[in-house]
Amino acid sequence: MQKKMECSLPDEVLEHVFSFIRSDKDRNAASVVCKSWYEIERWCRRRLFIGNCYAVSPRMVIRRFPEVRSIELKGKPHFADYNWVPDGWGGYVLPWIVEMVGAYPWLEEIRLKRMVVTDECLELIAKSFKNFKVLVLFSCEGFSTDGLAAIAASCKNLRELDLQESDVDDLGGHWLSHFPETYTSLVSLNISCLGSDEVSLSALERLVGRCTNLRTLRLNRAVPLDKIAYILRRAPQLVDFGTGTYSADLQTDVFSSLAGAFYSCKELRSLSGFWDVVPAYLPAIYPVCSRLTSLNLSYAAIQSPDLIKLLRHCPSLQRLLVLDYIEDSGLEALSSSCMDLQELRVFPSDPFGVERNVSLTEQGLVSVCLACPKLQSVLYFCRQMSNAALVTIAQNRPNLTRFRLCIMEPRTADYLTLEPLDVGFGAIVEHCKDLRRLSLSGLLTDRVFEYIGRYAKKLEMLSVAFAGESDLGLHYVLSGCESLRKLEVRDSPFGDKALLANSAKLETMRSLWMSSCSVSFGTCKLLGQKMPRLNVEVIDESGPPDSRPDICPVDKLYIYRSVAGPRFDMPPFVWTMDEDYALRDS
Amino acid sequence: MEGGGVNGGSESGSMSTVSREENMVVSSEDSSCTDQSELELGLGLSLGGGCGFKMHHASKDAQFARILTAKDFPSLLPSAASPSSSSSSSLCRANVTAKTKRTADSMAAANGFSQLVGWPPVGYRRMNSMFNQAKAPAIEGFNSTTENHKNETSAVEKSTVGSCGNAKLKHSLFVKVNMDGIPIGRKVDLNAHESYEKLAKTLEDMFLESSPSVSQVGLRALEHGMTNKLTRTLQLLDVSSDFALTYEDKEGDWMLVGDVPWEMFLSSVKRLRIMRTSEATGLAPRLQGRNQRQKSKPN
Repeated sequence: MQKKMECSLPDEVLEHVFSFIRSDKDRNAASVVCKSWYEIERWCRRRLFIGNCYAVSPRMVIRRFPEVRSIELKGKPHFADYNWVPDGWGGYVLPWIVEMVGAYPWLEEIRLKRMVVTDECLELIAKSFKNFKVLVLFSCEGFSTDGLAAIAASCKNLRELDLQESDVDDLGGHWLSHFPETYTSLVSLNISCLGSDEVSLSALERLVGRCTNLRTLRLNRAVPLDKIAYILRRAPQLVDFGTGTYSADLQTDVFSSLAGAFYSCKELRSLSGFWDVVPAYLPAIYPVCSRLTSLNLSYAAIQSPDLIKLLRHCPSLQRLLVLDYIEDSGLEALSSSCMDLQELRVFPSDPFGVERNVSLTEQGLVSVCLACPKLQSVLYFCRQMSNAALVTIAQNRPNLTRFRLCIMEPRTADYLTLEPLDVGFGAIVEHCKDLRRLSLSGLLTDRVFEYIGRYAKKLEMLSVAFAGESDLGLHYVLSGCESLRKLEVRDSPFGDKALLANSAKLETMRSLWMSSCSVSFGTCKLLGQKMPRLNVEVIDESGPPDSRPDICPVDKLYIYRSVAGPRFDMPPFVWTMDEDYALRDS
Repeated sequence: MEGGGVNGGSESGSMSTVSREENMVVSSEDSSCTDQSELELGLGLSLGGGCGFKMHHASKDAQFARILTAKDFPSLLPSAASPSSSSSSSLCRANVTAKTKRTADSMAAANGFSQLVGWPPVGYRRMNSMFNQAKAPAIEGFNSTTENHKNETSAVEKSTVGSCGNAKLKHSLFVKVNMDGIPIGRKVDLNAHESYEKLAKTLEDMFLESSPSVSQVGLRALEHGMTNKLTRTLQLLDVSSDFALTYEDKEGDWMLVGDVPWEMFLSSVKRLRIMRTSEATGLAPRLQGRNQRQKSKPN
C-alpha cells in the first residue's frame, strides 16, 4: 500500500492552490510543510524578493526556483542615500543578470534598489529576455543613456521603465528615439532623474502620442512648462504625472492652455515634479486638485500662503510631500482641508542653516496628527521638539506605522523642559503598537532604548544617530525588538558588549549598520569567526584595520546574514571578518 | 566620565572656531581616547594638531575640509575608543573632532552648529537637485520669507533655497570622477575643497592604492599595466605628467581643469575625468576652445 500520508491532492491541484498565495511569507511557510510541498512550491514560485543581494548567491536562487518571472533585489545599505557608504562599496547586479540570462529566459520583471547597474547589464537584459516587461531602477547608478537605448530598441513588450532617483550618465544619443515607431505598449515611464540634455522632446511627444495605455509619466526637469500642455493633451488618460520645471514667464495663453490640458485629464490622481515653481502657475492644476490623492511638492519653493490656497482645493489628498516652507500655518490648513491624509513628509529647505528660516515647529506636526485620523506615515524635519508634543501625537495617532523625526541639530533637548526626549519617543512606541519603522533624533539617553525594547514589538527598522549613553541602549534594542530586521546607527556610544551578547539576534535580522560607534576591531574579528552565517564587513578608508590595535574602534561596520559566504567584490577599503581573515590578509 | 550625553567631554587646547565662511571647522584633537562621552565628528583638521599625529596634508596655514568619500585624511577616525590604558589608546588614530560644549539649553548656538559629515540626513540626490540649478549657477543669498514674497511676482523665479544670513551655503556638490583604465568611478564633493590643488590631492589619493589588493579596482588596474603609475603621484595639475584632469562643463564640452577661476569652475562643472595625457591633446583651455570647436546641442 502506498503511504501518501503527507498529501492526497495531485501536484497540479496544489500548484493551482499555491498560485493564489502571493506573499513571500506565506509561500515560505507553505514550502516547509513537507518535502512534496517544498518541491511543488519551488517550481511554481514566480516572484522573488531578495532584500540583500549578498545574502544569497544567484546560483543558489536559481537552483531552488527554476521558473522565476519577476525578481527584486536590493544592494547598498540605506545609509548610502546620504553618502555615508563610500563609493565603490558594491551592490553589482551584473553577476545576477549573467546567471539569470541562462536560467530565466522568460524573465519579465527586474526591480533593483541601490545597485550598480552597467550598460553591459542593460544590453544583456535587452537582448536576452524576450518577454521583458518591467525595469525599475530605484536609486541605482553606473549606467548611461546607451544602456537605456538598448532597452528601448529591443524590449518590444516593455510596459514599465522607472529610473527613479538613479544616476544616469548622459552620453547623448537621444535614447528615447530608439523606441521603434511600432512600439506602443508603454504603461509607465519615470525619467525624473535625468539631467538636462538627455531627453529629446520630439521623441518623447511621439512616444506619448502612440502609447495609449500610458498611465504614469514623470518627466525630468529639462522639460519646459510650455510643453506640458501638449503632452497632457496627448495623454489625457494619465493617472500619475510628474512635471518638469514649472517655471516660465507669465503669459495668459500659456496659462490657459496649461489649465485646459489639466482639465482634460479626468483620471489624474497623482502629481509631482514642480521644480523651480512660479506660484502664479499653480492655479493651472486646480481643475485636477479635487481628485488628487498624492502630491509631491518637495522640490517646490512655494511659500505658505500659496500652499494653503492650493491645499484647500485638495480634499482627497492622501499623500503630501512638501518643503518646510509650508510652516505651521500651512500644516494647520492641511489638517483642516485634508482629512484623508495618510502620509506626510516635510523636508528641510535649509538643512545647514543655523538659524531657522521658516516658522515650522512641532506644532505643525501636532496639528496634523490631531486632525487626520488616517495618518500612518510621517517624515518630519524640524528644529525643536518637546516630549509633550510627542506624547500628544502618540496618544492621538496610535495607528502610526512609520515615524521618522529629524530634529536637525543633534542632541537637541526638549525645548520646554530641557530634558531628553526619551519619554516622548517612549510614548510613540508604547501607543503605536503597529509601528514598523522609527527614526530617532534629539537628546536621548539609554532610557529611550529601554522603552523601544519593551514596547516596539512590531518594529522592523530603526535608525539611530547621536543617541544613547552606553552599550545598554543597543542591548535593549537587540534583545527586545522581536521583529527587528534592519538597524542602522551612527555616532552613538554602542560597542562590544551589546553586540557580543546579542550575536545570535543578528542572524535573525537582515542587516546591522554601525558607523562612528564604539565597536572595536577585535570584536568584529570575533563575531566574524564565531558566526559563519554572518558577513561582518569593516569599512575603513584610512587603511587596514589590523594596522591598529584590536581595541581601536572601527570606522564603519556592516553586518548581514548570508548563506552565500563572504563576498569577493569588495573594494580595497572593505574587509570581511571571517575565519580566514587573518590568513587572507597576511 | 559623564554618564549623560549632556555635556561634552574634555577639550584640549585650541578649540573650535567655526569659520563658516570657509565652511570648515578648526578642530583640535580629543586629548583622551578614553573619552566616552558622545563625540561629534567635525569637518576639517586642526592646524598642526598638537598631539603628535601626522596628517599628510596639513600645513601650518592650511585649513581645508574633509570630503565624504576621500581616504585622504586617516586621522579622521571618529569617536570614542573603549576605555583602556592611554598608551594603547594613543596608538589609535587620533580623534579629530570638534566638540562644542553642549548644555541642555543650547539648541543651535550661533556658531555651535558644527558642520557634521552628512548631517542632517537628506538624500544626496535631493541635495544636488535643490541646490544646483540646471541653468544658472546657484546664487547664494538671503532667504527670508519677505524676500520670497517679493519674488513671487517676478517673472522667472530663481531658486529661493539658500542659507540664512551671510554664511555661504554649506551644501554638497558631488560630481563623478572616472579615471582611464579604472572601471569603477568615484564621487567627490567639490564644495568641500577650496582650490584646484586641494581637489587634485584628493583625487590623487582616491585613485592611488598603496597596494593593489584583490579587488576589482586593483585587478583591473593591474591588467592595464598601471601598477607603476599607481605608486607614483598623479601630478594631475602638472602638464608633464601622464595624466590630465579634465571636466565636462554644462554645455557638454571637455576642458582641462585649472584654467578658469575656481568659482567659475564650480558653477559649470558636471563631471570629472582623469585622462591619459595622450588622449587629452584635443582639449584646449577654455578661452581658446570656445571659438574653435563646434558645439552640437541636442534640443
